[in-house]
Amino acid sequence: MDDTAITVRNLAKSYRIATSGRSHDRLSEALVARARHPFQRRAYETFDALHDLSFDVPWGEAVGIVGRNGAGKSTLLKILTRITAPSGGRVELGGRIGSLLEVGTGFHPELTGRENVFLNGSLLGMGRREIRRRFDDIVRFAGVERFLETPVKRFSSGMYVRLAFSVASHLDTEILAIDEVLAVGDAEFQRRSVDKMRDVAKDGRTVLYVSHQLQTVTALCTSAIFLDEGRLLLHGPVEAAVEAYRDSFATFRVRQMDADRRPGSGQLRLEQVSTTEVRGPTDDTVVTFGVGVNPDVVGKYFVSCVLRDHQGLAVAQCDSRLVGLWLDPSEPRSGVLRIKDLWLRPGPYTVDMYVCQSGIFDEWRAAASFEVLPHLPYPELVTEEGVFAAVMCDFDYEAW
Amino acid sequence: MRHEPGSQPHIVIVPPGRLNVPRARELWAAREILYRFGVRDVVLRYRQTVVGVTWVVLQPLVTAAIFAVVFGRVAGLPSGDVPYFLFAFAGTMAWTVFAGVLTRAAPSLVANQALVAKVFFPRVVVPLSANLSVLIDFAVSLVLFAVLLAVNDVNPGWAALSLPLWILCALALGSGLGLAASAVMVKYRDVSYVVPWLVQALMYATPVAYALEAVPPDIAWWFDVNPLTWLMECFRWALLGTAAPPTWQVVALLGTSTAALLGGLLVFQQREREFADVI
Repeated sequence: MDDTAITVRNLAKSYRIATSGRSHDRLSEALVARARHPFQRRAYETFDALHDLSFDVPWGEAVGIVGRNGAGKSTLLKILTRITAPSGGRVELGGRIGSLLEVGTGFHPELTGRENVFLNGSLLGMGRREIRRRFDDIVRFAGVERFLETPVKRFSSGMYVRLAFSVASHLDTEILAIDEVLAVGDAEFQRRSVDKMRDVAKDGRTVLYVSHQLQTVTALCTSAIFLDEGRLLLHGPVEAAVEAYRDSFATFRVRQMDADRRPGSGQLRLEQVSTTEVRGPTDDTVVTFGVGVNPDVVGKYFVSCVLRDHQGLAVAQCDSRLVGLWLDPSEPRSGVLRIKDLWLRPGPYTVDMYVCQSGIFDEWRAAASFEVLPHLPYPELVTEEGVFAAVMCDFDYEAW
Repeated sequence: MRHEPGSQPHIVIVPPGRLNVPRARELWAAREILYRFGVRDVVLRYRQTVVGVTWVVLQPLVTAAIFAVVFGRVAGLPSGDVPYFLFAFAGTMAWTVFAGVLTRAAPSLVANQALVAKVFFPRVVVPLSANLSVLIDFAVSLVLFAVLLAVNDVNPGWAALSLPLWILCALALGSGLGLAASAVMVKYRDVSYVVPWLVQALMYATPVAYALEAVPPDIAWWFDVNPLTWLMECFRWALLGTAAPPTWQVVALLGTSTAALLGGLLVFQQREREFADVI
């Protein structure tokens, strides 16, 4: 009947953001506002999270979805798993879709293991008979046979996750969606998700995989989709999509150099931000910056700098007000930020720079970038997996 | 497990229409979730409370006793041919069905927001699942009531057979208001303060603890137009064998209940599309 697992036509999703006044989260406030201004129509600005997406996914394909933060990857997955509704377009799914975003949702700490399996299973779309049939498998896989009548609040966190994962993975949907971004935090869970995905793809089912980890995408996916600012820019071979994803950082940086296209009120703008482009892990991070002039701004302002790794994780934040530096807007100012004793892991980093007072004057994302060279600052050698924390540090051991 | 063409259900996702009517097949598939939610609520309440089941027995008994003392003894209001305690007990039972569904359904979506933001299923089952636990409470107090009837030698007669219909009306009225309140609460959290207060106010504005005969004629119009009065009269007729309510009240009650349920569903479905985005 269906030749494709997923058919997407002109899919769009937009959110309304109130611009006039503030949005009310109390009914009483909303009613008072309505009574005061009975004829005022709320002005909305629409924010398009997805524009006019069309693509087909054949059966048995593992599709990676890549894109920078805010590109619409998670929104796309939420629409496909029907958590949120699209604003336009049409999606046809050739079978049931399951996702591993919902592991453990619906688990109630006071209910026993058995009760939770039935509750969670039904939420994931299993019928009672299906749960009964698979119940023994689920419990055996999780290894909690002895604790079925115990409230899960008494479970160890490992048992809890195992049981939750076991229920989710025993749901045999024809399409499986995995969002790595939503699953961060638990390394064990991530590993299991990837293993599960491998099995599913081997089975000839269809997998959608959202990830920032390009190695995993390259290793597991048979094709990939590249999203940028809600638009589908490429659907094809994994290598091409990954390449486009890498290039998008450069394009973004170029676009951000135009101050008028940056967020912030614009009363003051950064004129330049730069840093040493290549450096060793233990070197000081030195960022120089220049801010323009605006005599109309009252009071002094401060600057703030955020270092991000390639996954967009903020590694360090340096607010000049924390060290008592406030700048005068009546004359152009330049300065230098020196970060000492921050040992960064090897890899690419970007520098975000902000100019603020009570609001944000200028927000320059990826204003500068640098690469930390892959040599480790320690006397002995280990493999790259041996160093996995967000940052490295200067340490020594003593033993007695 | 291989894909066999044509064997899989076919799902179409499009933007919700104006009425956003849920698909019948999805609702039918969600009956297991409705049941599991109901079981969860019942199990949690009976497992977590120290007094357990006694609570469900004790609550209407104590409430009815207080009403009997305050309204029957202190205020000296009439209760027809039946003892005041029994009269108040029947009223409390009926009221608890309506108010129980309303007060449990209203905060249900917000309480289950993790689910709403992460899993797809027809959202209506969340507030509707309140019906199950309320029905179980009602069954428990009905047994108690039957004992009380026998002890006091009161026989409601054939009218008792109409009881299921009035239970349905009370559930529909409560569910309708509860559905609407739960949907509005997703966006406006202060509704959670309004609902209990409203229920309390309505209880005094409805002949729950006192008889309709005790109402002064100059404000009787309010009781004539209050659908909850009709509900109370129908319940007491079925439970105590008091005078049958006029036909127009019965017809109006059935109409209002249906309208309340449909109206609540409509409000709920209208707002459903934005739940996952707002919650």
